[in-house]
Amino acid sequence: MTALFAACAAVLVLSAIGVVVSRHPVHSVVGLIVNFAALAVLFLTLSAEFLAMIQIIIYAGAILVLFLFVIALLTVGSDPIERTANKLPEQAGQAVIAGLVALGFIAWGIQTDWTAAAARPAPDLGTVGTFGVQLLTTHVFAFEATGFVLLVAIIGVVMMAGRRETGARS
Amino acid sequence: MPQIPLDDYLVLSAAMFVIGLIGFLVRRNPLTMLMAIELMWNAGNLVLAAFARNFSDMSGQVFVFVVITVAAAEAAIALAIVVMVFRRRPDVDVDDISVLRG
Repeated sequence: MTALFAACAAVLVLSAIGVVVSRHPVHSVVGLIVNFAALAVLFLTLSAEFLAMIQIIIYAGAILVLFLFVIALLTVGSDPIERTANKLPEQAGQAVIAGLVALGFIAWGIQTDWTAAAARPAPDLGTVGTFGVQLLTTHVFAFEATGFVLLVAIIGVVMMAGRRETGARS
Repeated sequence: MPQIPLDDYLVLSAAMFVIGLIGFLVRRNPLTMLMAIELMWNAGNLVLAAFARNFSDMSGQVFVFVVITVAAAEAAIALAIVVMVFRRRPDVDVDDISVLRG
Protein backbone atom coordinates (compact mmCIF):
# COMPACT_ATOMS: atom_id res chain seq x y z
CA MET A 1 0.00 0.00 0.00
CA THR A 2 2.76 2.42 0.94
CA ALA A 3 4.86 1.31 -2.03
CA LEU A 4 1.84 1.90 -4.27
CA PHE A 5 1.43 5.38 -2.83
CA ALA A 6 5.13 6.16 -3.33
CA ALA A 7 5.06 4.95 -6.92
CA CYS A 8 1.91 6.96 -7.69
CA ALA A 9 3.33 10.06 -6.03
CA ALA A 10 6.52 9.81 -8.08
CA VAL A 11 4.57 9.34 -11.30
CA LEU A 12 2.27 12.23 -10.36
CA VAL A 13 5.07 14.71 -9.71
CA LEU A 14 7.22 13.64 -12.67
CA SER A 15 4.33 13.75 -15.13
CA ALA A 16 3.28 17.16 -13.76
CA ILE A 17 6.79 18.45 -14.41
CA GLY A 18 6.59 16.87 -17.87
CA VAL A 19 3.34 18.72 -18.59
CA VAL A 20 4.91 22.02 -17.68
CA VAL A 21 8.27 21.67 -19.44
CA SER A 22 7.17 19.92 -22.65
CA ARG A 23 7.94 21.92 -25.76
CA HIS A 24 4.94 20.69 -27.73
CA PRO A 25 1.33 20.75 -26.40
CA VAL A 26 0.70 17.16 -27.50
CA HIS A 27 3.47 15.96 -25.20
CA SER A 28 1.88 17.98 -22.43
CA VAL A 29 -1.43 16.22 -23.04
CA VAL A 30 0.28 12.82 -22.83
CA GLY A 31 1.89 13.86 -19.54
CA LEU A 32 -1.50 15.00 -18.30
CA ILE A 33 -3.05 11.61 -19.16
CA VAL A 34 -0.34 9.83 -17.11
CA ASN A 35 -0.90 12.35 -14.33
CA PHE A 36 -4.64 11.72 -14.25
CA ALA A 37 -4.17 7.94 -14.27
CA ALA A 38 -1.85 8.17 -11.25
CA LEU A 39 -4.35 10.48 -9.58
CA ALA A 40 -7.15 7.97 -10.19
CA VAL A 41 -5.08 5.30 -8.41
CA LEU A 42 -4.53 7.73 -5.54
CA PHE A 43 -8.30 8.28 -5.36
CA LEU A 44 -8.64 4.49 -5.04
CA THR A 45 -6.21 4.48 -2.11
CA LEU A 46 -8.46 7.13 -0.56
CA SER A 47 -11.43 4.75 -1.01
CA ALA A 48 -13.01 7.14 -3.49
CA GLU A 49 -13.98 4.63 -6.14
CA PHE A 50 -16.53 6.80 -7.91
CA LEU A 51 -14.08 9.69 -8.13
CA ALA A 52 -11.43 7.39 -9.62
CA MET A 53 -13.92 6.35 -12.29
CA ILE A 54 -14.99 9.85 -13.24
CA GLN A 55 -11.37 11.00 -13.15
CA ILE A 56 -10.67 8.55 -15.95
CA ILE A 57 -13.96 8.94 -17.83
CA ILE A 58 -14.46 12.71 -17.64
CA TYR A 59 -10.92 14.04 -17.35
CA ALA A 60 -8.90 11.58 -19.39
CA GLY A 61 -11.82 10.71 -21.64
CA ALA A 62 -13.56 14.01 -22.28
CA ILE A 63 -11.47 17.03 -21.32
CA LEU A 64 -8.18 15.74 -22.70
CA VAL A 65 -9.86 14.67 -25.95
CA LEU A 66 -11.14 18.25 -26.16
CA PHE A 67 -7.56 19.47 -25.75
CA LEU A 68 -6.37 17.09 -28.45
CA PHE A 69 -9.11 18.28 -30.82
CA VAL A 70 -8.13 21.90 -30.30
CA ILE A 71 -4.44 21.11 -30.85
CA ALA A 72 -5.34 19.23 -34.02
CA LEU A 73 -7.47 22.17 -35.14
CA LEU A 74 -4.72 24.71 -34.50
CA THR A 75 -1.96 22.66 -36.12
CA VAL A 76 -3.67 22.88 -39.53
CA GLY A 77 -2.13 26.23 -40.38
CA SER A 78 0.83 26.52 -38.06
CA ASP A 79 2.68 24.63 -35.38
CA PRO A 80 1.36 25.69 -31.96
CA ILE A 81 4.82 25.94 -30.44
CA GLU A 82 5.25 29.17 -28.56
CA ARG A 83 7.72 31.61 -30.05
CA THR A 84 9.62 31.93 -26.80
CA ALA A 85 9.85 28.18 -26.21
CA ASN A 86 13.61 28.12 -26.58
CA LYS A 87 14.24 30.84 -24.05
CA LEU A 88 12.47 31.44 -20.79
CA PRO A 89 10.43 34.62 -20.63
CA GLU A 90 11.82 37.32 -18.43
CA GLN A 91 9.12 36.68 -15.83
CA ALA A 92 10.42 33.13 -15.21
CA GLY A 93 12.53 34.12 -12.21
CA GLN A 94 9.66 35.96 -10.58
CA ALA A 95 7.33 33.06 -11.39
CA VAL A 96 9.57 30.54 -9.63
CA ILE A 97 9.86 32.87 -6.65
CA ALA A 98 6.07 33.25 -6.55
CA GLY A 99 5.71 29.46 -6.69
CA LEU A 100 8.15 28.97 -3.82
CA VAL A 101 6.34 31.62 -1.76
CA ALA A 102 3.06 29.80 -2.43
CA LEU A 103 4.71 26.53 -1.38
CA GLY A 104 5.86 28.18 1.84
CA PHE A 105 2.32 29.41 2.54
CA ILE A 106 0.88 25.96 1.88
CA ALA A 107 3.51 24.29 4.09
CA TRP A 108 2.70 26.79 6.82
CA GLY A 109 -0.99 26.12 6.38
CA ILE A 110 -0.85 22.32 6.57
CA GLN A 111 1.16 22.16 9.77
CA THR A 112 -1.95 21.42 11.81
CA ASP A 113 -1.99 17.94 13.30
CA TRP A 114 -5.10 16.30 11.88
CA THR A 115 -4.58 12.84 13.37
CA ALA A 116 -6.64 13.71 16.45
CA ALA A 117 -9.65 14.53 14.28
CA ALA A 118 -9.27 11.43 12.12
CA ALA A 119 -12.29 9.17 11.98
CA ARG A 120 -12.40 5.52 11.05
CA PRO A 121 -13.46 5.44 7.43
CA ALA A 122 -16.84 3.92 6.83
CA PRO A 123 -16.62 0.70 4.79
CA ASP A 124 -18.89 2.05 2.07
CA LEU A 125 -17.22 5.47 1.82
CA GLY A 126 -16.98 6.63 -1.76
CA THR A 127 -18.89 3.85 -3.47
CA VAL A 128 -21.27 4.78 -6.26
CA GLY A 129 -24.31 4.02 -4.08
CA THR A 130 -23.21 6.22 -1.17
CA PHE A 131 -22.17 8.92 -3.57
CA GLY A 132 -25.50 8.94 -5.37
CA VAL A 133 -27.50 9.09 -2.15
CA GLN A 134 -25.38 11.97 -0.86
CA LEU A 135 -25.59 13.81 -4.17
CA LEU A 136 -29.40 13.67 -4.28
CA THR A 137 -30.15 14.26 -0.60
CA THR A 138 -27.64 16.30 1.39
CA HIS A 139 -25.91 18.00 -1.52
CA VAL A 140 -28.81 18.32 -3.92
CA PHE A 141 -28.41 22.10 -4.15
CA ALA A 142 -24.78 21.74 -5.25
CA PHE A 143 -25.95 19.17 -7.78
CA GLU A 144 -28.54 21.56 -9.23
CA ALA A 145 -26.09 24.48 -9.23
CA THR A 146 -23.61 22.33 -11.13
CA GLY A 147 -26.24 21.63 -13.74
CA PHE A 148 -26.86 25.37 -14.07
CA VAL A 149 -23.13 26.02 -14.50
CA LEU A 150 -23.03 23.46 -17.31
CA LEU A 151 -26.06 25.09 -18.95
CA VAL A 152 -24.36 28.50 -18.84
CA ALA A 153 -21.19 26.98 -20.30
CA ILE A 154 -23.13 25.38 -23.16
CA ILE A 155 -24.92 28.66 -23.93
CA GLY A 156 -21.62 30.53 -23.84
CA VAL A 157 -19.87 28.15 -26.22
CA VAL A 158 -22.84 28.16 -28.61
CA MET A 159 -22.92 31.96 -28.59
CA MET A 160 -19.20 32.15 -29.34
CA ALA A 161 -19.53 29.66 -32.18
CA GLY A 162 -22.51 31.53 -33.59
CA ARG A 163 -20.78 34.90 -33.44
CA ARG A 164 -18.07 33.60 -35.73
CA GLU A 165 -20.71 32.86 -38.38
CA THR A 166 -22.18 36.36 -38.30
CA GLY A 167 -18.72 37.89 -38.22
CA ALA A 168 -17.78 36.05 -41.39
CA ARG A 169 -20.95 37.25 -43.10
CA SER A 170 -20.58 40.95 -42.33
CA MET B 1 -4.97 -2.20 5.53
CA PRO B 2 -2.47 0.37 6.79
CA GLN B 3 -3.63 3.88 6.14
CA ILE B 4 -1.35 6.37 4.45
CA PRO B 5 -1.18 9.46 6.65
CA LEU B 6 -3.07 12.56 5.55
CA ASP B 7 0.10 14.66 5.58
CA ASP B 8 1.59 12.64 2.71
CA TYR B 9 -1.37 13.51 0.53
CA LEU B 10 -1.18 17.17 1.54
CA VAL B 11 2.54 17.41 0.72
CA LEU B 12 2.03 15.65 -2.61
CA SER B 13 -0.85 17.94 -3.47
CA ALA B 14 1.14 21.03 -2.51
CA ALA B 15 3.98 19.93 -4.81
CA MET B 16 1.55 19.35 -7.69
CA PHE B 17 -0.19 22.69 -7.13
CA VAL B 18 3.08 24.61 -7.11
CA ILE B 19 4.29 22.85 -10.28
CA GLY B 20 1.04 23.89 -11.96
CA LEU B 21 1.33 27.44 -10.65
CA ILE B 22 4.91 27.88 -11.87
CA GLY B 23 3.97 26.33 -15.20
CA PHE B 24 1.04 28.73 -15.58
CA LEU B 25 3.25 31.72 -14.83
CA VAL B 26 6.23 30.66 -16.96
CA ARG B 27 4.66 29.22 -20.11
CA ARG B 28 3.20 31.52 -22.75
CA ASN B 29 1.36 28.94 -24.85
CA PRO B 30 -2.33 29.18 -23.89
CA LEU B 31 -2.88 25.43 -24.29
CA THR B 32 -0.04 24.57 -21.93
CA MET B 33 -1.26 27.24 -19.54
CA LEU B 34 -4.71 25.64 -19.51
CA MET B 35 -3.14 22.27 -18.78
CA ALA B 36 -1.22 23.83 -15.88
CA ILE B 37 -4.59 25.08 -14.60
CA GLU B 38 -5.91 21.51 -14.82
CA LEU B 39 -2.95 20.42 -12.68
CA MET B 40 -3.93 22.97 -10.04
CA TRP B 41 -7.60 21.84 -10.10
CA ASN B 42 -6.47 18.27 -9.54
CA ALA B 43 -4.13 19.16 -6.69
CA GLY B 44 -7.13 20.74 -4.97
CA ASN B 45 -9.24 17.67 -5.71
CA LEU B 46 -6.62 15.44 -4.09
CA VAL B 47 -6.74 17.50 -0.89
CA LEU B 48 -10.55 17.35 -0.81
CA ALA B 49 -10.60 13.58 -1.27
CA ALA B 50 -7.87 13.12 1.35
CA PHE B 51 -9.82 15.11 3.93
CA ALA B 52 -13.01 13.25 3.02
CA ARG B 53 -11.23 9.99 3.88
CA ASN B 54 -9.69 11.49 7.02
CA PHE B 55 -13.01 12.65 8.46
CA SER B 56 -15.01 9.82 6.86
CA ASP B 57 -17.33 12.45 5.40
CA MET B 58 -18.73 12.30 1.89
CA SER B 59 -19.00 16.09 1.52
CA GLY B 60 -15.41 16.38 0.32
CA GLN B 61 -15.93 13.79 -2.39
CA VAL B 62 -19.16 15.42 -3.54
CA PHE B 63 -17.28 18.70 -3.79
CA VAL B 64 -14.61 17.01 -5.92
CA PHE B 65 -17.44 15.97 -8.25
CA VAL B 66 -18.64 19.58 -8.47
CA VAL B 67 -15.08 20.80 -9.09
CA ILE B 68 -14.58 18.31 -11.93
CA THR B 69 -17.81 19.50 -13.55
CA VAL B 70 -16.80 23.15 -13.27
CA ALA B 71 -13.35 22.28 -14.64
CA ALA B 72 -15.01 20.66 -17.65
CA ALA B 73 -17.09 23.79 -18.26
CA GLU B 74 -14.01 25.97 -17.86
CA ALA B 75 -11.98 23.87 -20.29
CA ALA B 76 -14.78 23.98 -22.89
CA ILE B 77 -15.16 27.76 -22.74
CA ALA B 78 -11.43 28.48 -22.55
CA LEU B 79 -10.66 26.23 -25.51
CA ALA B 80 -13.45 27.85 -27.51
CA ILE B 81 -11.87 31.24 -26.79
CA VAL B 82 -8.43 29.91 -27.76
CA VAL B 83 -9.77 28.59 -31.06
CA MET B 84 -11.52 31.90 -31.80
CA VAL B 85 -8.41 33.93 -31.00
CA PHE B 86 -6.16 31.81 -33.17
CA ARG B 87 -8.55 31.91 -36.09
CA ARG B 88 -7.62 35.58 -36.27
CA ARG B 89 -3.95 35.52 -35.17
CA PRO B 90 -1.84 32.50 -36.05
CA ASP B 91 0.94 32.96 -33.52
CA VAL B 92 0.56 31.45 -30.09
CA ASP B 93 1.82 33.72 -27.35
CA VAL B 94 -0.52 35.12 -24.73
CA ASP B 95 1.65 38.17 -24.24
CA ASP B 96 0.57 39.33 -27.69
CA ILE B 97 -3.12 39.10 -26.78
CA SER B 98 -3.32 42.00 -24.38
CA VAL B 99 -6.47 43.68 -25.70
CA LEU B 100 -9.96 42.24 -25.78
CA ARG B 101 -10.91 43.55 -29.23
CA GLY B 102 -9.78 41.39 -32.12
